[in-house]
Amino acid sequence: MTPQAAGRLALLGLLGGIFQLTTVSQVAIFGVPADLSPLLVASVGFLCGSIPGAVFGFSLGLFVDTVLLQTLGVNSLVLTAVGYGAGRVRELRDPAHTLAPVLVGAVATAVAAVGFSLLQFLLGVEAPISLSLLRAILMTIALNTLLALPVYAVCRRVLLPYLPDDPRRRRRRAYTTGGLSPLSRA
Amino acid sequence: MSDKVVRRRRAVLAVLVLISLCLLTAYFGESSSGSLHSVQRGAMEVFAPIQEGANRALKPFRDLFGWFGDTLDAKEERDKLRAERDALRKDVARVTLENRELEQIKGLQAQNSAGGLDDYEPVQARVIARSPSSWFQSFQINKGSSDGVRVDQPVVNSAGLVGKVKEVSDGNAVVMLLTDPEFGVSAQTLESGEPGSVGPAVGDAGDLRFELVPNAKEVRRGERIITAGTSTSAKVTQLSSLYPRGILIGTVSRIETGEGELDRVIHVEPVADLRSLDLVEVLTQPDADLRAQAP
Repeated sequence: MTPQAAGRLALLGLLGGIFQLTTVSQVAIFGVPADLSPLLVASVGFLCGSIPGAVFGFSLGLFVDTVLLQTLGVNSLVLTAVGYGAGRVRELRDPAHTLAPVLVGAVATAVAAVGFSLLQFLLGVEAPISLSLLRAILMTIALNTLLALPVYAVCRRVLLPYLPDDPRRRRRRAYTTGGLSPLSRA
Repeated sequence: MSDKVVRRRRAVLAVLVLISLCLLTAYFGESSSGSLHSVQRGAMEVFAPIQEGANRALKPFRDLFGWFGDTLDAKEERDKLRAERDALRKDVARVTLENRELEQIKGLQAQNSAGGLDDYEPVQARVIARSPSSWFQSFQINKGSSDGVRVDQPVVNSAGLVGKVKEVSDGNAVVMLLTDPEFGVSAQTLESGEPGSVGPAVGDAGDLRFELVPNAKEVRRGERIITAGTSTSAKVTQLSSLYPRGILIGTVSRIETGEGELDRVIHVEPVADLRSLDLVEVLTQPDADLRAQAP
């Protein structure tokens, strides 16, 4: 990954994190705010691969934990797993369907929400597992599912010059012009 | 994919997870004045102005999204409040009904104790059906022969006389209102003591007439009419009255004067509101006072 790409990722994480903390977190739809962090991390992982995804997740998690004065390491751990997982999906399955980012975003949100809750319980935060908590998790997943595609589109737009060919472009070119796939180039 | 790439990928993941766990453990273990907390506070100080600026700059977006959210919430809240309002309306209706019934029960109990109706062994009953037609001046109650209710027993409410029992089954009874064309009761004015008979006014449902009054000119408007009961006859069992003495029937509402003394028509307005009866009492021992006086 080039320094320019890393710079863009850092900027994306910084702006995305600030946007999340200052705006998105304060707007409740269906009683819960959306959580852009797992969507950003999953999108980056899905576009760039597992290592950039994991590093981006770790960094964004650390940023969120730091700014919100939360226990350091919790969001880092969860979002590292999310970024790595999304990257591995890209590397192993290479899905080309238009709605693949939606599914990845929904799963990433679910993993992040459940993982975050589990870690909180493991750390001894006294909060009962209530229906309202489950409802909030489900509503966040639903809300993030709706936002997954626009967030993915923004990430793709920002990172486009530095991306390896994304599956749709690559396949379109392979089928229409006979271009080579990245695998053959590698 | 080469082993080198795989190893590098796994190593990066392991390092990141390890750093996260170390941070977590160290942060969790140290006091609030620890180094990580201090770093965190310092970072927060650095980012605070950026956040504040972003917060102000993004306020229009937040308000816009908030408007959508508020609209959805408002609709949800509206539906919730409507449901709450409907439930409260039902509660108010129920409480009002209960209050009304309690007032009636209170009135009946006051009448029983103060008016001496306890002696007549009153049986409380609820009106369960009544004819919608004004031709049939009767209603049905939820007490019958199994409760001691018999035909011709007087029926009262907290205001006064309502009618008498017309028909009885095991668990129900039909009560004839005192405005029924077949109804009649010996009565007297409370103030002047003029005797007579109260019956329905023909052709005017809801109105009563005080008739057969020897000194009708003595009766004044506003005088109260009560049941006369039975005269103090020795032959109580043969001449027992249908109605105990002293039950309020109504008040003289109007007096029509004719050419002669016999043409005088005294109209009586029933004291009981016969259109809205909920709870009534059947006096199952209407001749109890006479029995007590019998030698």
